[in-house]
Amino acid sequence: MSEPLVFHFDINGDDFSTAGQASVQIKNNLRQLGLSPEIIRRVSIAMYEGEINMVIHANGGTADVKVYEDCVEIILADNGPGIKDIDMAMKEGYSTASDSTRSLGFGAGMGLPNMKRYTDDMKIDSTVGVGTTVTMKINIA
Amino acid sequence: MTIREIKDLIGAEVLCCEQNLERDAYSACGCDLMSDVLAYVKDQAVLLTGLVNPQVVRTAEMMDMICIVFVRSKTPTKEMLDLAKESGIVVMKCNKRLYEACGLLYSNGLVGNKVKD
Ligand SMILES: Nc1ncnc2c1ncn2[C@@H]1O[C@H](COP(=O)(O)OP(=O)(O)OP(=O)(O)O)[C@@H](O)[C@H]1O
Ligand SMILES: [Mg+2]
Repeated sequence: MSEPLVFHFDINGDDFSTAGQASVQIKNNLRQLGLSPEIIRRVSIAMYEGEINMVIHANGGTADVKVYEDCVEIILADNGPGIKDIDMAMKEGYSTASDSTRSLGFGAGMGLPNMKRYTDDMKIDSTVGVGTTVTMKINIA
Repeated sequence: MTIREIKDLIGAEVLCCEQNLERDAYSACGCDLMSDVLAYVKDQAVLLTGLVNPQVVRTAEMMDMICIVFVRSKTPTKEMLDLAKESGIVVMKCNKRLYEACGLLYSNGLVGNKVKD
Protein backbone atom coordinates (compact mmCIF):
# COMPACT_ATOMS: atom_id res chain seq x y z
CA MET A 1 0.00 0.00 0.00
CA SER A 2 1.40 3.40 -0.92
CA GLU A 3 2.05 6.08 1.69
CA PRO A 4 -1.10 7.86 2.86
CA LEU A 5 -1.60 11.58 2.65
CA VAL A 6 -1.66 12.85 6.25
CA PHE A 7 -3.36 15.92 7.67
CA HIS A 8 -2.58 16.84 11.27
CA PHE A 9 -4.43 19.24 13.56
CA ASP A 10 -4.00 20.39 17.13
CA ILE A 11 -7.44 20.85 18.62
CA ASN A 12 -7.62 23.70 21.08
CA GLY A 13 -9.70 22.82 24.13
CA ASP A 14 -9.86 26.32 25.58
CA ASP A 15 -11.92 28.06 22.96
CA PHE A 16 -15.25 26.52 22.10
CA SER A 17 -15.87 29.01 19.32
CA THR A 18 -13.14 27.37 17.21
CA ALA A 19 -14.43 23.81 17.79
CA GLY A 20 -15.11 22.15 14.46
CA GLN A 21 -12.63 24.22 12.46
CA ALA A 22 -10.37 21.26 11.70
CA SER A 23 -13.31 19.31 10.29
CA VAL A 24 -14.28 22.21 8.02
CA GLN A 25 -10.66 22.28 6.84
CA ILE A 26 -10.63 18.53 6.18
CA LYS A 27 -13.81 18.83 4.19
CA ASN A 28 -12.09 21.35 1.92
CA ASN A 29 -8.96 19.20 1.65
CA LEU A 30 -10.96 16.12 0.66
CA ARG A 31 -12.88 18.15 -1.91
CA GLN A 32 -9.60 19.16 -3.49
CA LEU A 33 -8.59 15.50 -3.60
CA GLY A 34 -11.75 14.82 -5.58
CA LEU A 35 -13.38 12.29 -3.24
CA SER A 36 -17.11 11.72 -3.71
CA PRO A 37 -19.47 14.09 -1.85
CA GLU A 38 -20.97 11.14 0.05
CA ILE A 39 -17.57 9.98 1.37
CA ILE A 40 -16.59 13.55 2.19
CA ARG A 41 -19.78 14.07 4.15
CA ARG A 42 -19.32 10.88 6.16
CA VAL A 43 -15.69 11.65 6.98
CA SER A 44 -16.37 15.22 7.95
CA ILE A 45 -19.42 14.49 10.11
CA ALA A 46 -17.62 11.69 11.98
CA MET A 47 -14.57 13.86 12.54
CA TYR A 48 -16.68 16.85 13.53
CA GLU A 49 -18.46 14.89 16.28
CA GLY A 50 -15.13 13.57 17.53
CA GLU A 51 -13.51 16.98 17.39
CA ILE A 52 -16.34 18.56 19.39
CA ASN A 53 -16.13 15.70 21.93
CA MET A 54 -12.44 16.40 22.47
CA VAL A 55 -13.21 20.06 23.11
CA ILE A 56 -16.21 19.60 25.43
CA HIS A 57 -15.15 16.44 27.26
CA ALA A 58 -11.34 16.32 27.12
CA ASN A 59 -9.96 19.85 26.88
CA GLY A 60 -8.65 19.37 23.35
CA GLY A 61 -6.30 16.92 21.66
CA THR A 62 -4.96 16.04 18.24
CA ALA A 63 -6.57 14.89 15.02
CA ASP A 64 -4.84 13.01 12.24
CA VAL A 65 -6.57 12.18 9.00
CA LYS A 66 -4.84 9.70 6.71
CA VAL A 67 -6.06 9.31 3.17
CA TYR A 68 -5.16 5.92 1.68
CA GLU A 69 -6.05 4.66 -1.77
CA ASP A 70 -8.91 2.57 -0.42
CA CYS A 71 -9.92 4.29 2.82
CA VAL A 72 -9.76 7.34 5.02
CA GLU A 73 -8.59 6.89 8.59
CA ILE A 74 -9.34 9.42 11.34
CA ILE A 75 -7.39 9.25 14.59
CA LEU A 76 -8.51 11.51 17.44
CA ALA A 77 -6.35 11.44 20.55
CA ASP A 78 -6.68 13.33 23.81
CA ASN A 79 -5.32 13.35 27.35
CA GLY A 80 -8.70 13.99 28.90
CA PRO A 81 -10.51 12.17 31.71
CA GLY A 82 -11.14 9.02 29.67
CA ILE A 83 -14.40 7.11 29.31
CA LYS A 84 -15.29 4.79 32.19
CA ASP A 85 -17.98 2.71 30.46
CA ILE A 86 -17.58 2.71 26.69
CA ASP A 87 -20.68 0.56 26.04
CA MET A 88 -22.73 3.07 27.98
CA ALA A 89 -21.15 6.03 26.17
CA MET A 90 -22.05 4.44 22.83
CA LYS A 91 -25.78 4.39 23.69
CA GLU A 92 -27.95 6.95 21.95
CA GLY A 93 -28.97 9.61 24.42
CA TYR A 94 -26.26 8.93 26.98
CA SER A 95 -24.40 12.10 27.85
CA THR A 96 -22.49 13.53 30.78
CA ALA A 97 -22.49 16.99 29.23
CA SER A 98 -23.19 19.89 31.57
CA ASP A 99 -26.03 22.35 31.17
CA SER A 100 -23.59 24.92 29.85
CA THR A 101 -22.52 22.49 27.11
CA ARG A 102 -26.17 21.83 26.29
CA SER A 103 -26.78 25.53 25.95
CA LEU A 104 -24.07 25.50 23.26
CA GLY A 105 -26.07 22.93 21.29
CA PHE A 106 -24.27 19.75 22.33
CA GLY A 107 -25.00 16.99 24.81
CA ALA A 108 -27.73 15.03 23.04
CA GLY A 109 -25.69 11.88 23.54
CA MET A 110 -25.74 11.28 19.80
CA GLY A 111 -22.13 12.02 18.88
CA LEU A 112 -20.50 8.61 19.36
CA PRO A 113 -23.50 6.75 17.83
CA ASN A 114 -23.33 9.13 14.86
CA MET A 115 -19.60 8.47 14.47
CA LYS A 116 -20.30 4.76 14.39
CA ARG A 117 -23.16 5.18 11.94
CA TYR A 118 -21.12 7.18 9.44
CA THR A 119 -17.98 5.06 9.49
CA ASP A 120 -17.17 1.49 8.40
CA ASP A 121 -15.05 0.80 11.44
CA MET A 122 -14.63 2.53 14.79
CA LYS A 123 -12.46 1.70 17.76
CA ILE A 124 -12.27 3.48 21.11
CA ASP A 125 -9.26 3.08 23.38
CA SER A 126 -9.77 4.84 26.65
CA THR A 127 -8.21 4.79 30.08
CA VAL A 128 -9.71 6.75 32.93
CA GLY A 129 -7.34 9.51 34.00
CA VAL A 130 -5.10 9.01 30.97
CA GLY A 131 -7.09 9.79 27.85
CA THR A 132 -9.03 8.57 24.86
CA THR A 133 -8.12 7.63 21.32
CA VAL A 134 -10.84 7.12 18.76
CA THR A 135 -9.88 5.52 15.44
CA MET A 136 -12.37 5.52 12.59
CA LYS A 137 -12.20 4.17 9.06
CA ILE A 138 -14.28 4.99 6.03
CA ASN A 139 -13.83 2.82 2.95
CA ILE A 140 -13.59 4.60 -0.36
CA ALA A 141 -15.96 2.67 -2.65
CA MET B 1 -39.92 24.68 -2.37
CA THR B 2 -37.30 27.32 -3.11
CA ILE B 3 -35.43 29.18 -0.40
CA ARG B 4 -37.19 32.33 -1.60
CA GLU B 5 -40.57 30.71 -0.89
CA ILE B 6 -39.36 29.74 2.57
CA LYS B 7 -38.28 33.30 3.20
CA ASP B 8 -41.68 34.65 2.14
CA LEU B 9 -43.68 32.08 4.12
CA ILE B 10 -42.03 32.87 7.44
CA GLY B 11 -41.29 36.51 6.71
CA ALA B 12 -37.55 36.14 7.09
CA GLU B 13 -34.78 38.61 6.39
CA VAL B 14 -31.85 37.37 4.29
CA LEU B 15 -28.45 38.02 5.86
CA CYS B 16 -26.15 36.43 3.29
CA CYS B 17 -25.91 34.51 0.02
CA GLU B 18 -28.97 36.17 -1.49
CA GLN B 19 -27.76 34.88 -4.88
CA ASN B 20 -28.79 31.35 -3.87
CA LEU B 21 -32.44 32.10 -3.08
CA GLU B 22 -33.73 30.16 -6.08
CA ARG B 23 -32.15 26.91 -4.90
CA ASP B 24 -34.57 24.10 -4.11
CA ALA B 25 -34.99 22.83 -0.57
CA TYR B 26 -36.18 19.24 -0.19
CA SER B 27 -36.39 18.93 3.57
CA ALA B 28 -35.94 20.77 6.82
CA CYS B 29 -35.06 20.20 10.40
CA GLY B 30 -35.81 22.34 13.45
CA CYS B 31 -33.45 21.76 16.33
CA ASP B 32 -31.21 23.29 18.96
CA LEU B 33 -29.07 20.21 19.55
CA MET B 34 -26.52 19.83 16.79
CA SER B 35 -25.89 16.08 17.14
CA ASP B 36 -29.58 15.49 16.53
CA VAL B 37 -29.16 17.43 13.31
CA LEU B 38 -26.07 15.39 12.47
CA ALA B 39 -27.86 12.08 13.00
CA TYR B 40 -29.79 11.96 9.74
CA VAL B 41 -28.49 13.25 6.48
CA LYS B 42 -31.09 14.82 4.25
CA ASP B 43 -30.72 16.19 0.78
CA GLN B 44 -30.62 19.95 0.22
CA ALA B 45 -31.93 20.62 3.67
CA VAL B 46 -32.76 23.72 5.67
CA LEU B 47 -31.84 24.09 9.34
CA LEU B 48 -34.11 26.14 11.61
CA THR B 49 -32.67 26.86 15.03
CA GLY B 50 -32.75 29.18 18.00
CA LEU B 51 -29.12 28.46 18.80
CA VAL B 52 -26.57 31.05 17.68
CA ASN B 53 -22.92 30.07 17.57
CA PRO B 54 -20.31 29.14 14.92
CA GLN B 55 -21.05 25.42 15.41
CA VAL B 56 -24.49 25.93 13.90
CA VAL B 57 -22.88 27.07 10.67
CA ARG B 58 -20.22 24.35 10.82
CA THR B 59 -22.90 21.72 11.42
CA ALA B 60 -24.85 22.91 8.39
CA GLU B 61 -21.62 22.91 6.39
CA MET B 62 -20.79 19.33 7.45
CA MET B 63 -24.28 18.26 6.37
CA ASP B 64 -24.13 20.09 3.02
CA MET B 65 -27.22 22.03 4.05
CA ILE B 66 -28.25 24.94 1.88
CA CYS B 67 -29.94 27.34 4.28
CA ILE B 68 -29.99 28.30 7.96
CA VAL B 69 -32.91 30.14 9.56
CA PHE B 70 -32.34 31.75 12.95
CA VAL B 71 -35.65 32.08 14.74
CA ARG B 72 -36.80 34.51 17.44
CA SER B 73 -34.79 37.30 15.79
CA LYS B 74 -31.48 35.82 16.89
CA THR B 75 -28.71 37.56 14.97
CA PRO B 76 -25.53 35.76 13.90
CA THR B 77 -22.14 37.43 14.14
CA LYS B 78 -20.09 38.58 11.17
CA GLU B 79 -17.72 35.61 11.65
CA MET B 80 -20.65 33.23 11.35
CA LEU B 81 -21.87 34.92 8.18
CA ASP B 82 -18.35 34.82 6.70
CA LEU B 83 -18.25 31.10 7.41
CA ALA B 84 -21.62 30.59 5.71
CA LYS B 85 -20.53 32.63 2.68
CA GLU B 86 -17.56 30.34 2.14
CA SER B 87 -19.95 27.50 1.42
CA GLY B 88 -22.78 29.50 -0.12
CA ILE B 89 -25.24 28.75 2.68
CA VAL B 90 -28.14 31.22 2.73
CA VAL B 91 -28.57 32.64 6.23
CA MET B 92 -31.84 34.28 7.28
CA LYS B 93 -33.48 35.38 10.48
CA CYS B 94 -37.15 35.62 11.33
CA ASN B 95 -39.03 36.77 14.41
CA LYS B 96 -41.20 33.67 14.68
CA ARG B 97 -40.58 30.98 17.25
CA LEU B 98 -39.11 27.64 16.19
CA TYR B 99 -42.38 25.73 16.50
CA GLU B 100 -44.31 28.28 14.48
CA ALA B 101 -41.71 28.66 11.73
CA CYS B 102 -41.42 24.88 11.33
CA GLY B 103 -45.19 24.49 11.36
CA LEU B 104 -45.65 27.06 8.60
CA LEU B 105 -43.10 25.36 6.36
CA TYR B 106 -44.43 21.88 7.07
CA SER B 107 -48.04 22.76 6.40
CA ASN B 108 -47.01 24.36 3.13
CA GLY B 109 -45.38 21.19 1.88
CA LEU B 110 -41.80 21.25 3.14
CA VAL B 111 -41.85 17.97 5.01
CA GLY B 112 -39.17 16.56 7.25
CA ASN B 113 -37.55 14.11 4.94
CA LYS B 114 -38.68 14.17 1.36
CA VAL B 115 -36.54 12.02 -0.87
CA LYS B 116 -35.29 13.58 -4.05
CA ASP B 117 -37.15 12.15 -7.08
N1 LIG C 1 -13.01 12.32 24.14
C1 LIG C 1 -13.75 12.03 25.23
N2 LIG C 1 -13.21 12.08 26.47
C2 LIG C 1 -13.94 11.78 27.58
N3 LIG C 1 -15.24 11.45 27.55
C3 LIG C 1 -15.84 11.38 26.34
C4 LIG C 1 -15.14 11.67 25.13
N4 LIG C 1 -16.00 11.51 24.10
C5 LIG C 1 -17.17 11.13 24.65
N5 LIG C 1 -17.08 11.05 26.00
C6 LIG C 1 -18.15 10.62 26.94
O1 LIG C 1 -19.12 9.86 26.23
C7 LIG C 1 -20.41 10.50 26.36
C8 LIG C 1 -21.18 10.29 25.07
O2 LIG C 1 -20.55 10.99 24.01
P1 LIG C 1 -21.43 11.48 22.78
O3 LIG C 1 -20.56 12.20 21.82
O4 LIG C 1 -22.20 10.32 22.25
O5 LIG C 1 -22.50 12.47 23.45
P2 LIG C 1 -22.27 13.96 23.96
O6 LIG C 1 -20.97 14.49 23.46
O7 LIG C 1 -22.47 13.99 25.40
O8 LIG C 1 -23.47 14.72 23.25
P3 LIG C 1 -23.57 15.07 21.66
O9 LIG C 1 -22.44 14.38 20.98
O10 LIG C 1 -24.90 14.54 21.26
O11 LIG C 1 -23.50 16.53 21.57
C9 LIG C 1 -20.11 11.94 26.69
O12 LIG C 1 -21.17 12.57 27.35
C10 LIG C 1 -18.87 11.78 27.58
O13 LIG C 1 -19.24 11.39 28.88
MG1 LIG D 1 -20.48 14.33 21.41
